[in-house]
Amino acid sequence: MSLRNAYAVKQLSIFLENRKGRLFAVTDTLKNANVNIRALAMAESAEFGILRLVVDNPEKAKSTLSANGFTVKEQDLFAVEVEDEPGSFSRVVEALSNADINIDYTYAFVGNSHKAVLVFRVADEHLEKAMIELKNNGIILVEPGFFYS
Amino acid sequence: MVEHRVVASEVVGSSPIVHPIFFIPERNYMFPNDNLNREKLESIQSQRLKELVRRVYHLVPFYKEKMDKMGIKPTDINHISQIKYLPFTTKQDLRDNYPFGLLTCSMDNIIRIHSSSGTTGKPTVVAYTKEDMGIWREVMGRVLKMADVGPGDIVHNVYGYGLFTGGLGFHDGAEEVGAAVVPSSGGFTKRQLLLMKDFGATIITGTPSFVLHLAEAAKDEGYDIQKDFRLRAGFFGAEPASAGLKKTIADVWGIGYHEVYGLSEIIGPGVSAGCREGRLHVFEDHFYPEIINTDTGEVLPEGEEGEIVFTTLTKQALPILRYRTKDISSLNYLPCKCGRTIVSMESVKGRADDMLIVNGVNVFPSQVEHVLTKVEGLTPNYVIVVEKKGALDKLEVWVEVDERTFEGGIGALEVLKQKLESEMLNDLYINAKIKLVEPKTLERSMGKAKRILDKREMEGK
Repeated sequence: MSLRNAYAVKQLSIFLENRKGRLFAVTDTLKNANVNIRALAMAESAEFGILRLVVDNPEKAKSTLSANGFTVKEQDLFAVEVEDEPGSFSRVVEALSNADINIDYTYAFVGNSHKAVLVFRVADEHLEKAMIELKNNGIILVEPGFFYS
Repeated sequence: MVEHRVVASEVVGSSPIVHPIFFIPERNYMFPNDNLNREKLESIQSQRLKELVRRVYHLVPFYKEKMDKMGIKPTDINHISQIKYLPFTTKQDLRDNYPFGLLTCSMDNIIRIHSSSGTTGKPTVVAYTKEDMGIWREVMGRVLKMADVGPGDIVHNVYGYGLFTGGLGFHDGAEEVGAAVVPSSGGFTKRQLLLMKDFGATIITGTPSFVLHLAEAAKDEGYDIQKDFRLRAGFFGAEPASAGLKKTIADVWGIGYHEVYGLSEIIGPGVSAGCREGRLHVFEDHFYPEIINTDTGEVLPEGEEGEIVFTTLTKQALPILRYRTKDISSLNYLPCKCGRTIVSMESVKGRADDMLIVNGVNVFPSQVEHVLTKVEGLTPNYVIVVEKKGALDKLEVWVEVDERTFEGGIGALEVLKQKLESEMLNDLYINAKIKLVEPKTLERSMGKAKRILDKREMEGK
């Protein structure tokens, strides 16, 4: 079994215009569907933005958002758990850099008991390779079950 | 002989340049056909129509077929009042016969070809014989005579030169009346202003939006418009202008505003032009106007509003019977205070179809759609939004982002946006700003079928 099948985390990207109330429209839709947001990041350009979410139920979130007229794209990420201390993030980035893997973007949040969880997006064709490299460097990959309910 | 136009000071507000050694010619020069009595004019028109109908019947299969179908023989038409029995010609007819299907003569006799933008990549073509160029020069001269333009005048022509008939049409007209023409074309605002000042331009010809833009730029550049420039009149066309915009332009430059109307299918600019009384006189000895009910095709009486159609009475290469302009207007046969007896038409308020004019360039929604569909994967759900930004028209195309175009990244969308903008410029010659919007936006705001949101103020006449 590939690492990707075991460790890929589903992320939803939602296209949003830079207008008042658009972000709320998303969060309200998710609230009404009883979807819990586990991690998020927002990317913005001058005129539009992209909201990136890891949620407890990606299938349900995607179908609800699509039905409400949002443009949603589902993509695979991976997540790692590191010690919440200086140098941890750097160690992960270094491993990917040494393997010549480009990071599209990353975001992070503080987990339980001095741990931090980092999520990374790399090109799909590099995903498997990235996971192997990290495993070989002793970095702990987080199973998607950690996010999903 | 050098003319000078002291009379201009009455209408333009800026003082004329007086050279006392030049004698002052007759005021308000009038081309002979501009003030004929109606009877004489109708006799000229009737004679020309008779010849025209015979010529197109025998030389253009398209017209022979149409007339045969309607049961009209060329010999049935002997008076201008019988023009209503003749078939109409539409823009689609011109496209169907692209490029040279309606010509009455071989390419040996053609000396100029112009073309205007089409809706689906297929443009319309107009060709001119030497005689046709003579007619065009004559009517453009008659246009410029509305402000007594002549020797000694410097005509600064900011219409675009090229396939568009505006630039070369005004250029030829200025030469015809013996003025010095500066073929500066569009763009290069700062250099335009410098040349206008240094050369001492007295007449400007261009689109209203660009000439207003020049005034705003002149202020920004620190010019004192009344002191630094010697303009006394301007000729404006190729896009609709509200009464308010006309007044603004006349006031800011201190010039007389002369509207010029035309279509390349008929001749280019020079079908009609505004006199100093503000009436838009049709050169009806060449271009015979009728107002029709746009739905039934029935000719409407004088004064009633409807679609204006033109018949080219004298054109040789591409004569056209009753061309459906889609422009809404009305006619007024009362002789004018300016001395002209030729009919005048109401300024065009709008189009019967959905063509947009953006900074003088024709834009059809279908052209925009064509560009969108060319870009892979894009569902063309879009709205064209036009508004004024300062003096210039600003065009935005709002395009929905859907699952197929959205890969989840910002960069790809930025690339898509840039690609669409450069395709718009390449294909349509317009600077359109692409705005990516959420799918339901367009339905919510205006319903799917509506493709145009024109926010420009057209407060009418």
